[in-house]
Amino acid sequence: MSFDFEKLQRAVRERFDSEVLEWTVFREQHCLHLAPERIVDVLRFLRDEPAFNFAMLTDVTALDHLKLPASMEHWARERFAVVYHLNSLEHGARLRVKAYVPEEPCEIDSVSGVWASANWGEREVFDMYGIVFRGHPDLRRILTPDHFDGHPLRKDYPLKGRGERDNFPKYTEIPERG
Amino acid sequence: MNAPAESAPGLKSGDAGFITTRLQALKEWGRRNSLWPMPFGTACCAIEMMATLSSRYDLARFGAEVIRFSPRQSDLMIVSGRISIKMMPVLIDIYNQMPEPKWCISMGACASSGGVFDTYTLVQGVDQFIPVDVYIPGCPPRPESLVDAVMLIQEKIKRGERQTKLYDRTTHPLDFEPVALVSDAVQAPPALTGSHHSLPNKDAQTARELDWNTAANIARREGKALPLGSG
Repeated sequence: MSFDFEKLQRAVRERFDSEVLEWTVFREQHCLHLAPERIVDVLRFLRDEPAFNFAMLTDVTALDHLKLPASMEHWARERFAVVYHLNSLEHGARLRVKAYVPEEPCEIDSVSGVWASANWGEREVFDMYGIVFRGHPDLRRILTPDHFDGHPLRKDYPLKGRGERDNFPKYTEIPERG
Repeated sequence: MNAPAESAPGLKSGDAGFITTRLQALKEWGRRNSLWPMPFGTACCAIEMMATLSSRYDLARFGAEVIRFSPRQSDLMIVSGRISIKMMPVLIDIYNQMPEPKWCISMGACASSGGVFDTYTLVQGVDQFIPVDVYIPGCPPRPESLVDAVMLIQEKIKRGERQTKLYDRTTHPLDFEPVALVSDAVQAPPALTGSHHSLPNKDAQTARELDWNTAANIARREGKALPLGSG
């Protein structure tokens, strides 16, 4: 259990220096902050390099930084961040990768060609945040109904919705015939 | 039959009111002692429903142990659990498929009112859309409460209330054209102001202008025809 994160950081910075925004460590959890342009190349490198071998994508999720409190504003480089959780089964190491996505255009390349498990994770992020994944084979909503309008985990989406929950046909009472 | 005319004048004269009332009572006796529940269990209330049906609480004592997972063979729907906006069309579809007369129990806080889930995705009480006969409070209710609810349904049948009222069938849920979402006022995206703990100002204003308790209210306000069956 002695994964060399220093070596990993050096290797990533060496190859993708223009992409790396920051490398943070919080309670021994390493996080790589990236610009979104070459996300597929960086993640493919992390997967394929034998010294690191992040073969498993545990989760794809996202953050909405809208109206972050002033004390945390330095995290909000862009409005959204897509977060990838990687796991190296061989080396017993985990890495978090954040790619910052602006509000307009709200797009990033899909990594479903790198890990097949990204397919549904990216669909969920699209459903909940409205981030479009370029090159995704099947970018449909996955949790909300097909006719749903809006992306409910965005911070500007009202908690009680916009009337979707009241929007069903009703059984109506037949008046008694006299 | 060669019965003497003076022994049963009612029958002879065709005045059969006496016979039909007794038959009705017999039918109700049969109905209330062999209710066939249709379980619509989506959450923890369903666990309590299973406990009620199994040996310890034994709903068979009240003649309602035959759970059929086909609505065609059921006459008592037990909605136990939270109903999301994606599940509600399924619920309406299944309710439509049940033959009449039929009854409905709304079991637990979520099915009756949405419970703690006051969010965009959860129907705030199934009674807004389908007729409910008995509500059970609790989160989740104890099995005794469900037994009590079944007994209340039996009482209701005994009193001759076959169903609270006659209800018109709705259109097929998938044919239903959403009313709220076609309204411009509802579709307008909220302004990007305000903290994320409260509604943005523009949205609050929209909410004040529109009473969107039901899609029907919106349709009435905008003078649109209700896309319901009739009435």
